[in-house]
This record gives sequence, structure tokens and C-alpha cells, in this order.
Amino acid sequence: MRVLAAMSGGVDSAVAAALAVEAGHEVVGVHMALSRNRDQFRTGSRGCCSIEDAGDARRAADVLGIPYYVWDLSERFEDTVVADFLSEYEAGRTPNPCVRCNEHIKFEALLDKATALGFDAVVTGHYAQVVTGPGGAPELHRSPNDAKDQSYVLAVMGPERLARAKFPLGGFASKDEVRAEAAQRGLSVSAKPDSYDICFVADGDTRGFLRSRLGSRPGTVVDVSGDVVGEHDGAYAFTVGQRKGLALGRPAPDGAPRYVVDVQVSTNTVVVGPAELLSVDRVAGEKAIWLCSPAEEAGPDGWIDGEVQVRAHGAPVPARVRATGEAVHPGEAVPPSGTPGLEVQLVGDPLRGVAPGQSVVVYRGTRVLGQATVTGAWRSR
Amino acid sequence: MTVTPSEPGAAKPAGAYLDHAATTPMSAAALAAFVEHAQLTGNASSLHSAGRGARRAAEEGRETVALAVGARPSEVIFTGGGTEADNLAIKGIFWGRRTHDMRRTRILVSAVEHHAVLDPAFWMAGHAGAEIVLLPVDSDGVLDLDALRAELAEHGDEVALISVMWANNEVGAVQPVREVVRAARPYGIPVHTDAVQAVGQIEVDFAASGVDAMTISGHKLGGPTGVGALVARRELALEAVLHGGGQERGVRSGTLDVPSIAAFAVAVREAVAGRQERAARLAALRDRLVERVREAAPEAILRGPDPVVRPQDRLPGNAHFTFPGAEGDSLLYLLDSAGVQASTGSACQAGVPQPSHVLLAMGVPEAEARGALRFSLGATSTADDVERLAVALPQVVSRAQAAGLVSGRAMGGAA
Repeated sequence: MRVLAAMSGGVDSAVAAALAVEAGHEVVGVHMALSRNRDQFRTGSRGCCSIEDAGDARRAADVLGIPYYVWDLSERFEDTVVADFLSEYEAGRTPNPCVRCNEHIKFEALLDKATALGFDAVVTGHYAQVVTGPGGAPELHRSPNDAKDQSYVLAVMGPERLARAKFPLGGFASKDEVRAEAAQRGLSVSAKPDSYDICFVADGDTRGFLRSRLGSRPGTVVDVSGDVVGEHDGAYAFTVGQRKGLALGRPAPDGAPRYVVDVQVSTNTVVVGPAELLSVDRVAGEKAIWLCSPAEEAGPDGWIDGEVQVRAHGAPVPARVRATGEAVHPGEAVPPSGTPGLEVQLVGDPLRGVAPGQSVVVYRGTRVLGQATVTGAWRSR
Repeated sequence: MTVTPSEPGAAKPAGAYLDHAATTPMSAAALAAFVEHAQLTGNASSLHSAGRGARRAAEEGRETVALAVGARPSEVIFTGGGTEADNLAIKGIFWGRRTHDMRRTRILVSAVEHHAVLDPAFWMAGHAGAEIVLLPVDSDGVLDLDALRAELAEHGDEVALISVMWANNEVGAVQPVREVVRAARPYGIPVHTDAVQAVGQIEVDFAASGVDAMTISGHKLGGPTGVGALVARRELALEAVLHGGGQERGVRSGTLDVPSIAAFAVAVREAVAGRQERAARLAALRDRLVERVREAAPEAILRGPDPVVRPQDRLPGNAHFTFPGAEGDSLLYLLDSAGVQASTGSACQAGVPQPSHVLLAMGVPEAEARGALRFSLGATSTADDVERLAVALPQVVSRAQAAGLVSGRAMGGAA
């Protein structure tokens, strides 16, 4: 098989490429340049977008003895991932740029280009497993490495693209094992620190990045009764469930901690309230993408029994899920998109702080059934 | 060990290597000279016999280089390559000129200069109060002399220096350097030219050209990398950029790299002596390549001066095309996997292909500029190399165009 190994310059993608070589594939390494103005992207050891990272990827390819190229996908990245990041925050939602990057860059721009150039698959260093299901269709499963599992951010790719993706690290139970594999092969990135932050936010200061791109928009912070309790530089920078960084002048009358319970961009208002207001048992999503046939998975009443996960490193919780023809939107804040959606009814305890814009991913055990973008969440009981 | 010039030099690169403008194999004689001098000890600045031996080799190299390019030995300043020579020219002449005349703050450069000229010029704008004027070129990449004359008529007494390359590294356009000198002379403006691509390809005579400073490089003509020279008239006021032991007239300190200089000198002599014969062979081979590319990809657009209509205006070993609907990085990858090595025309630090500033200056739209490929021939090039390209090209272009469609970025894509 002729495969393209996406090489970020980190240890995971280097080992993934090594394993693809050892599996007997014809491997070509490609580093994606995602910023034209590289100064905007952070340098140093944490990132995946700096010149140093491109150099690390090149050296890993040298060690593996595979060809290496840099492809410029910066324009696509800016037009999709960064633009979406800004417009979602501007609309009062909290996007996950890694999901959008997988959706538009790694498994669309890169994968489609690779396919057109004659590659059979794209190899990445993601922690997730692709398993051939009983009907022959590929299934996406969690990695046995719970801490590193990335099935949450990969669910967006859909079945057709999943069939052209390979995750050689899917079976690794720990990052230490991956580092050991790297060291064993003489890959100098074996001890390179992990990246955690958003790669295009140079210093990890998301709020500062948003302010520099969207401008300062001072407004008020109110409590649920409408009393002004503080000020802010722009409602867009707040996330439902957030507690830190509110800078409220006076404490709540009962002394209980206050959280962001709503972000109203139309009036540039941030609403804060007690934790219990964040508890929800219903979640609605739009732009549903299924890695199964929801009709087949559902019981006679149309509901699928499984679990849902609503943030990248959150725990799955038992839930019933239903595919809907139209996106479901509680409240008026979000206009209907007309895309297929899904509805979630939690089975057990309510969840706290479900932020619109994040992904809701549906699992059954280790298997990913589908995902959607959260449009809203509320309490039904 | 005795190495004679009859032994082979650097091996012919594997596959069809069509990127001689990036670097070209060392000649046998140059390699032999390098090895011979690398085996000797001696600092050319030392006063004892070992030092004198090294100094003698360096000075013989200086004489050889000077003779080959129409200069006097005392005009040759050895550097660590073309980039350093360009930096010395831009910074050294600017500072030298300003010392005598504070009004002279403008640096005129053609819009198609190599980054080794453009970047120091823009650095001087940011750090030394220079104003940069980019001189426009026509659609073939040749300097617009009328624009230069108009600029001089208006600001002639504010110009510190003019830098216009002898021949362009991407599209091969030979520039009207003598006319630039003629235009500059009444205003007393020194002229620098980057002749890195020209020496050994077309006739280059420093004295006859009238330029005040000229950059040449070793590895573009069969010498080693990491050595070059700025040929500069003695009357030219030139400030040092590297300070230290005072070598090279005090403008380029640093222990002389005798093995590199000796090899460079041999390579320049050979390249110039064999120029006419080699240029004729390469031009014929290049014309064949252009013909074969047009057969394989009829939609390809030749960029730069037409080699049939005005062969004297183009480097003999250069061909440059844009392929509509295809991106340069796809073309490069596909050709590379087929054993054909070419260039997208310009590379930058991280290896990120950017649309060429040369093509953009020629008025080529950005989408078309993305599909650029430069083919450059050299001493080891053969008809087989060209055939290999021609055989690979049809599939390469159609695949790259398919990839261009899904990426939606190249011209003709779904953007």
C-alpha cells in the first residue's frame, strides 16, 4: 500500500510513520505548513506548527529513510479552522479547533489531495482504533490509552474517510510505550514534550488571541435576576461552565461560587449563576455525522442506547440518543441549520457545563456511533 | 595521495537531475584541487613557510578567478558564498555611500532579485534608514529600463546603490546590466549585480560591464558550496560586514578557506573556458526539453523570454513552466517519485512552497504561480534526463491537476 504519513514533528506521528514503514507500506512523509506567517505560531518545543517542528519531522523522515515534503495548507487552515474558531466564539459558542482541523484539514484537504496523488491511505499518530465491522464497514473505537484517547476528535471524519485513515498507535496502552518505540528507532523526538494548547494561539492565551482578532467589546456580566455584577471585554470570550477569569466585584449573596450559565452575544452579556443552573439532562446537536446506521442501532422507539461524551477529556455518561432529520434547537439564540441533528436524553445523573459549539460524541462501549455539534442543553426533569 | 584532474568529479546525480541552478556537481578538477589543498596545513595569514604556501594558493586562485571574469585580482574578495557576497554588497555599499553623502538613502533593486539581495535590502530599510524601491519587470521578467530612468530622473541624487541581477535564477531572464550602468553613471550611483547564475552560462566580463560590484558563487558552476566572491572595484567605498583579522582588504575578515578557494578557482576557469561549447549543447537540450514538455502538457505555459525568439535573453540551461490547475508541490512530489528532480522555483526556510515573487512581479496571477516548475540543465545533463521527464510528465500533470481540483486552490480548481 502507498501511504502518506502526516508528520507534525512530534513523537506520535513519527512512530506512526515508523510502524507504517515496518508494516511494509510504501511511506511518504508530509508535514503540513499551517501558517504562512510563521511568527504568529508559537515556536519552541510545545507546538506542531513551528519551523523547529518541520525540522523535527524532516529528521524523523531521514531516520526512517522515507521521502519528506512540506505541503502548504495554511490558506485552507485559515479559511476553515481559524475562521470557524473566530466565528463560533463570536456567536457565543465554544468551538473545538482540533475537531475542525480533523474535519477540514487532515481528513479532507490532506486526505483528498493524497488520494488524488495516488496514495491509498493517510497515516497519523492519533490514539484511536479502526476496526473492520461485521458488515465490512470500518468502525472507530477508543484507544486502550484512556488518557490519550482521541476518538472524540476523530468521530467527525465519517465512514468514507475513516476507511482511508490509519492510526498505527491505536493499540498502544501508554505514551511511554510510544516514546520507547521512538527511542528504540533512534528518533530524536522521543523525549519531545507533548503539545496541549491550540497550535495557532501563540502563547496559550486564547482570550488574548480572540481580542486581537475580534477586538475589545466591553459589556456587562449579570446574574440570573439581571443585576449587573461585573464587566467584561467581550462576551464572545466566555464559555458556559466557566468559573475562572470572571473578575466579579462582589461575591454572591449566599457566598456560593458563580459560573457562566449563558453567553448572550446579541446583547454582549455574560450571565452568571450557581452551579446547579449548569446541570442538564438533555442535549441537542446539529450537523450529525454517523459512523453506524442509526436506524439499525436504535430500538423500536427510535432511541439508541449508549453513552455520550460532551468534551474532549470528559467521561462518557449513559444516555439515549435519537437521530433527527432536522437540527434541534432549544431557545431562539441559534437559528436552525437544516442539517440532520440528534437529541440526547441522559439516563443517569445530569451533566454540568455543556457548552454549545463542542462536539457531542455517541459511544457504545469503545465504539463511536456518531457525533454532532452541540446547539444547546437544558434540564427536563 | 595524488589526485589528477582526469579522475571523475562528483558523480552524476541519480535519476534525472534537472535542478542544476540549485546546485551542480563539482567538476573532477575542482574536486582534485579541493582534496589536494585540504591535505595541506597553513593559515594564509601566517608568515612562515606553511602560511606562505597557503597564501600562494589563495592568491593564485584570486588571479584565476579575476582572469576568468574580466577583473583584476585585487578586485576579488572571497566570501563564504553568494549570499554573503550579496549581503556585503548591499550593506557595505549602502553604508559606504552614505558616509560620503547623507542624502543617499534609496536602494533600487529589481523586483525579481534573489532573496539574498532582497532580504538584506529590506533589512536595511528596517535597521539603517534605507528606502527600498522595487524596479518593475516586464511579463518575461526583464527589468523595465524606462521605470529605472524615470526613478533616477526624479530621485537620482538620493540613490545609494542599484542592484540588478545579471540573470534571473527562476525564469532565466538575462537583465540589461550595461544599460543599468549607463543610466546610473550620470548620477554617480554604484551598481551591483548578482551574477551567480550567469557565470559559465553566458559571457560575463566585469570590467566591460561597467558594474562596480558583482557576486559570484562556487557551487553553481562546478565548485564547492560555501565559497564565492564579491568582485568590487577598488574605488568603491565598501564598509565591512564581518570584522576581525582584516583579511580581504579589511572588508571580509576570516581565515581564508584555501581548499575551497583553490577548487572554486579551478571551477570558474573551466566553466568560463568551456562556456560556449557547453552553452550551445545545453541550449539545444533545453529547446528539446521545452518541446517535449509542450507535447506532454500542451496547456503548460513557458515563463520568461522565449528561447526560440530571443535566445540571447535567456540562460541556455533554463526552462520554466506553469502548469494550469496543478500545484507545484504536487508536481514536485510526483516527479520526484518518478526519479525526476526539479524545483518549484523558489524555496524558503521551512521548505514551504510559496508563490514565487518573481512570477508575481511578472504579472502572473497567484493561482497560476502556484503551478510553477523550473528545469535547469548543467554539465552532467543528458538527452536521457529530458526523455525521462517527457515520459513521466503526462501522468504527473494529470494527477497533479486532479489534486489541484480537490484542493480547490490552483487555477482551474473549484475555488
